[in-house]
Amino acid sequence: MRLILRIARRLGRLTLVLLCVGLVSFGLMMVSPVDPVDAYLGPKMAQVSPEQRALIAERWGFDAPPAVQFGHWLRQLVSGDLGWSHVYNQPVSEVIGQRFQRSIMLLGSAWLLAALLGFSLGVVAGAKEGSTLDNIISTYAYITASTPAFWLAILAVLLFSVTLGWTPTCCAGPTGTLSQDVTLATRLHHLILPIATLALLGIANVTLHTRARMLELMRSEVATHAFAQGASRIDVAWRHGLRHASLPAMTLAFASLGELFGGSILIEQVFAYPGLGQATVAAGLRSDVPLLLGIALFTALFVSVGNMIADSLYGVIDPRIQAGGL
Amino acid sequence: MLTIDRLSLQLPLYVSWWKREWATCLNECSLKFSAGEVHAVVGASGAGKSLLAYAVMGLLPTPARLSGQIGYKGEPLNASRQRKLRGRELALIPQSLNALDPLARTKRQVAWAAQRAGHSSRHARHAAQRALDHYQLDARAQQAYSHELSGGMARRVLAAMAHVSQAQLVIADEPTVGLDPLHRQRVLDALRGLADQGKTVILITHDLRHALPIADRVTIMRNGQQVETAPARAFQDSGASLTNTYSQALWLALPDNGFSSHAVSHAPQTEQEATVA
Repeated sequence: MRLILRIARRLGRLTLVLLCVGLVSFGLMMVSPVDPVDAYLGPKMAQVSPEQRALIAERWGFDAPPAVQFGHWLRQLVSGDLGWSHVYNQPVSEVIGQRFQRSIMLLGSAWLLAALLGFSLGVVAGAKEGSTLDNIISTYAYITASTPAFWLAILAVLLFSVTLGWTPTCCAGPTGTLSQDVTLATRLHHLILPIATLALLGIANVTLHTRARMLELMRSEVATHAFAQGASRIDVAWRHGLRHASLPAMTLAFASLGELFGGSILIEQVFAYPGLGQATVAAGLRSDVPLLLGIALFTALFVSVGNMIADSLYGVIDPRIQAGGL
Repeated sequence: MLTIDRLSLQLPLYVSWWKREWATCLNECSLKFSAGEVHAVVGASGAGKSLLAYAVMGLLPTPARLSGQIGYKGEPLNASRQRKLRGRELALIPQSLNALDPLARTKRQVAWAAQRAGHSSRHARHAAQRALDHYQLDARAQQAYSHELSGGMARRVLAAMAHVSQAQLVIADEPTVGLDPLHRQRVLDALRGLADQGKTVILITHDLRHALPIADRVTIMRNGQQVETAPARAFQDSGASLTNTYSQALWLALPDNGFSSHAVSHAPQTEQEATVA
């Protein structure tokens, strides 16, 4: 019974968050200077009379006051329809579905790589505080933590794609090939650089936080007691360190899901990778309200679920934390 | 067994962030601990009792100035020998309950201690079980995390972790703080039992009264100085065979001896410390 109540409360809160995200995104689109009809027409704008424009606006429902438009969108949403994207001329749910499939490969691998590598590096650096290895790892982490994602991506394209020619410069597959004809190997070849760039930046954060927690532990009474029992530094890091350091690493990994989405928008732009990030930019620039709202909602849902998972996992690792999640 | 010869310890003290001074924490302490004995080291807080233990174990913080000799079984106990003997020959029962890992179950931690003492992992689990049974920690306490244990239980877990190592020298740093009389007696009896097996037990405490019945010898410490080492039986009646006025005052200040402090009425600071002890 308490579990059901807790789940219900969680879902209620989630709905509220999504509603707020929708409302704010819609408000921002309303004050955006980009006129959706102009954006839709593009260069043909001059050939269209004001009467025709009014007709398009009326057909899309832009003549109604914003509150009515939002209410209309909300009613549609409840019945399971996310609306129609005029940029891609497809239902929004289909656009998100397709794009997300491509993005999740990029995001998921980068995320996993960043979490695992970052955690291992942090543990090693923290356990061997002051050693050459620690200095190398820390220096690397501080440098990459202060590097903008898009800048690193541009450098990577310049070096590996343009100068060395090891990786393709753009897209999810060779240009001119249908997406169903692209083999897995080619797909991966196109993914390497974006994943590496995105992961490289994620690693730094996880490493620095894990290292800090490890340092704290190695100086704690728990460690001193273990040393008194004859434990080596590696022993302490392995038996005690992993448990203690996994808490901040996990918090960070799940909290960074949102950041990862943000990073992917820039990365996908630089690598011309047709994922969700690119669709977001297109929707914003051409005032595709339903698509942008759909993406905003989807991203918020994704990040919220990530945080919920982290909340539930705390209790598993640290018994002092009462599991507040599901 | 363990000899400490003119041991002095200085630790850095930052007066301001660029100016470092050295505070003398132990001053020319010379002690001898024999096998089969419980040797109580008694003093008020800040007397340097715990630092003495850490110096023997080799667990002092890195910027420390240590001088003097520590010898174990006739050979000097230097850093590399300390590292080799820790957990196998030398065991420490720490003062703080924070020494237990909050993220691991009791029994597992005791088993780790056994493994570090050289047991194989399967044997370690049995050894842990036996040690925990010995200190009367039931199955629930063995599966508990440290925050689920009472203070007394946690202390007994720490004692079990030292017990499982089969060490020849056991340093117990305030092992009875916060224990009720029954459990205090149980822990003290266990320490006495270790000494009766031929091991060396160093009992660090501020509680002279309860240390006396199990101790063979007592060293009184004050402000990093060793005041006096005397047989435990010297602490009786009016303490006339004690040579130092501070030890006498400490003895006479005990409730059983009438809370008396007349012996040191000329030294108000001593009186205050004696009451604390």
